[in-house]
Amino acid sequence: MNTMLFKWSVALIASFTCVIQSAHALDIRSWETSNGVKVLFVESHELPIVDVRMTFKAGSSRDGTLYGLSRLVNSLLVEGTGKYSAEDIALTFESTGSEQSHDSLRDMAWVSLRSLSDQTLLDKTSDLFARVVALPSFPQDAIDRDRQSMLVSLANRKTRIADVVEDAFFHHVYRDHAYEVGSHGSEETLKSITQQDLIDFHTRYYVAKNANLSLVGDLTMEQARQYAEQLTRYLKPGKSAEPIAAASPAPSAKTINIPFKTSQTHIMQGMPILSRKDPDYYALYVGNHILGGSGFSSRLMQEIRENRGLSYSVYSYFMPMENSGPFEMALQTKNHQAEEATALLQKLLTDFIDNGPNEDELDHARKNITGGFPLKIDSNKKIVDYLAVIGFYDLPLDYLDNFNANILAVTRSDIQDAFKRRVKPNNMVRIIVGGES
Amino acid sequence: MKLKLLWALACIAVLPAHAKTVETVLDNGMKVIVREDHRAPVVVSQVWYRIGSTYEHDGISGVSHVLEHMMFKGTKSLKPGEFSEIIAANGGRENAFTSRDYTAYFQQIASDRLEICLKLEADRMRNVVFLADEFKKEVAVVQEERRWRVDNKPKSQLFEQFYATAFLTSPLRIPTIGWMNDLENLQMEDASLWYQKWYAPNNATLVIVGNVNSDEVFRLANQYFADIKPSVIEPPKPRPEIAQTGERRINLYGQTSSPYLLMGYKAPVLSTLKDNIKDIYAMDVLSGILDGGNSARVAKKMLRGEEIAVEAGTSYDPFDRLAGLFIFAGTPNEGITPQRLEQAFISEIRDLQENPVTQQELERVKAQVIARKVFDQDSTFNLGMQIGMLDSVGYDYKLLDTYVDNVRRVTAEDVQRVARQYFDKNKLTVATLWPEEEIGNK
Repeated sequence: MNTMLFKWSVALIASFTCVIQSAHALDIRSWETSNGVKVLFVESHELPIVDVRMTFKAGSSRDGTLYGLSRLVNSLLVEGTGKYSAEDIALTFESTGSEQSHDSLRDMAWVSLRSLSDQTLLDKTSDLFARVVALPSFPQDAIDRDRQSMLVSLANRKTRIADVVEDAFFHHVYRDHAYEVGSHGSEETLKSITQQDLIDFHTRYYVAKNANLSLVGDLTMEQARQYAEQLTRYLKPGKSAEPIAAASPAPSAKTINIPFKTSQTHIMQGMPILSRKDPDYYALYVGNHILGGSGFSSRLMQEIRENRGLSYSVYSYFMPMENSGPFEMALQTKNHQAEEATALLQKLLTDFIDNGPNEDELDHARKNITGGFPLKIDSNKKIVDYLAVIGFYDLPLDYLDNFNANILAVTRSDIQDAFKRRVKPNNMVRIIVGGES
Repeated sequence: MKLKLLWALACIAVLPAHAKTVETVLDNGMKVIVREDHRAPVVVSQVWYRIGSTYEHDGISGVSHVLEHMMFKGTKSLKPGEFSEIIAANGGRENAFTSRDYTAYFQQIASDRLEICLKLEADRMRNVVFLADEFKKEVAVVQEERRWRVDNKPKSQLFEQFYATAFLTSPLRIPTIGWMNDLENLQMEDASLWYQKWYAPNNATLVIVGNVNSDEVFRLANQYFADIKPSVIEPPKPRPEIAQTGERRINLYGQTSSPYLLMGYKAPVLSTLKDNIKDIYAMDVLSGILDGGNSARVAKKMLRGEEIAVEAGTSYDPFDRLAGLFIFAGTPNEGITPQRLEQAFISEIRDLQENPVTQQELERVKAQVIARKVFDQDSTFNLGMQIGMLDSVGYDYKLLDTYVDNVRRVTAEDVQRVARQYFDKNKLTVATLWPEEEIGNK
């Protein structure tokens, strides 16, 4: 059902522009459930809401050669458990007004629930949530249906330029690495997945020692403990997933041109770099903010969009992942400007690596990042997102408390040093998907 | 679900005592609406101008949106881009958007920095400077935006043409991004005249949600905006949509693997109903019966049951300014034609017309509406949006408070009645996207 807020159409056109340091950003409590699931909890009684996110190291990086397996498993969780059909599951959540969701990406798979905090309502849904994550029945008709849906989706990916760029980028940047193929999988492997494959994957990865649980909202500590026990009760102990190996950058720079029927060329370049616990994390974060991560203030936006009108969206980004997440720079421009834009993007990158930011830029970035800190955690939803990341990537509990101090400690030479060591134009992959003008 | 649970839900979903919204109107006609929310030391400040693409006409389509871009390109006291720089230096996040009926500018920032936002917004309400060079670059950017959002996305093209087919005389037919030809021929004078004509305090509402004191906000609003003189705002000529007395169909061929289907029935909004206001809530509930989650009818029967579609849904906005559409949309499954999908939707409509919906379904929809009202409180930005969106189309934002009760009053008879009244095949527009290599029927 659509509320007034979520206008379904494309009518909303965003213009795309893309301080307060308290001693304790968030009061995060942590403990383990009796079967070994790590829990993070932030108590908040201002609204009668409880947010749950249970994460597993069960993303597409665990597919092995059965690309698509992780996403299929995740989507099938709500298709049946024990005597509950897909409809029973949906109705139990929805008839209480609860919002259940789930998805999987490369690192993380998750199941979420947002409920009103009344104990009777929580009791109505907690057992079912626990069954959905731990005891899926994988009915054959649902397997066939969800597989079909993924196959249709894959076929459509090939016709969408943004997906073609993304798939080519990951294919070339992460050749033979667990991150190469995303959760959408591949046609051949999807067709070969059996019910046993799904069961085996689930048995291996949807287990207590491979799980993290985040809770935010209107619960007392005691209620949170009990709720966490209920939600995790059916998970077998199991083992944590193996660590993801580092990805090697390309031995030399390469450009892949993919012809496509389009009036606008998409350009994306990058290489594997950033891990969540990377010692260079903050230097690269602040540096990227200046280069292309801060919307209108960034160099890329200034030069490419503001000064030359070449692109509507241009950015750079380090995606922090379990191991060597991608550094990406991207823009889209009409076909006959593609050459000019590509050259300019490269020049802006090499200038930044060679010379680093100036003092004004660093000052500006510090103000923007630290001054905007309260906006990161100004809703229960944002807080549960952070807890999920902190728990999943095993970040220190004072990650948010120390965030601003870590940002302020980064100097110009830190940025220049980190970029010179880690960001290598000679090892970058560039994807150009475009047409004749 | 039992009535008892629904009643219990409604009791739980009582909002905190301090959660109220207050308003004032400045002497120059500018409305200021404030909602205090002290959960976090932040505030969202939004200025809503009552101007969007439904105020435009062919030849200058997209001008409201281009003007929105120009608002960041300098005033008498600020250089191009300086507005954004100042907000960024204060740790703020900012953006703007243009829709059919309004253009809104917002900042999210630490609550002790609200004043700079108001000062800057007041400045650009009247003092924007249009520079030829900046204008030329910005129109180029908007053209790239159009290429990215529409021209190379066949579903978006379909949607754009669908609206232009469903609406022949209503300005709803005009795409907010503007037709490419109009963007190529837009002159700086078009934008500056548009600015003179529509940007005025008496055509604007300031919506503030967050860690503020409402009296203090009113004081600041007066300080920065009260001296701005009002304009005479001439309402646009009325352009009602002519009555539709027959089905319309279009086809589009594009780069896609699956076909895509859009169906739209002419639908009422609050402003078009005089006696049957409850119709809009009944239509809203109807939408939830069909597409309110995985237990709803579309998911149950079309996605899972007959596996006709890989994705399908409905869309309806009761609080739009101009009477719009109730939309059915979907991607047929492999081996299923869009005609078959259309028949499936028609079949659902017939079911709604012939058989009252079940109490269980009604309770489920109502439970979701009750809960969602509470969930909405979690985001100050969304709260501001809801207030602004209602106010900017001339509705009372207090409708937000009565919304849940109005939905709860909807009966199975109401749903059946609106299904019969509004899903008339003579009021239907159908748009189908076909994969390029296929011509005609599969």
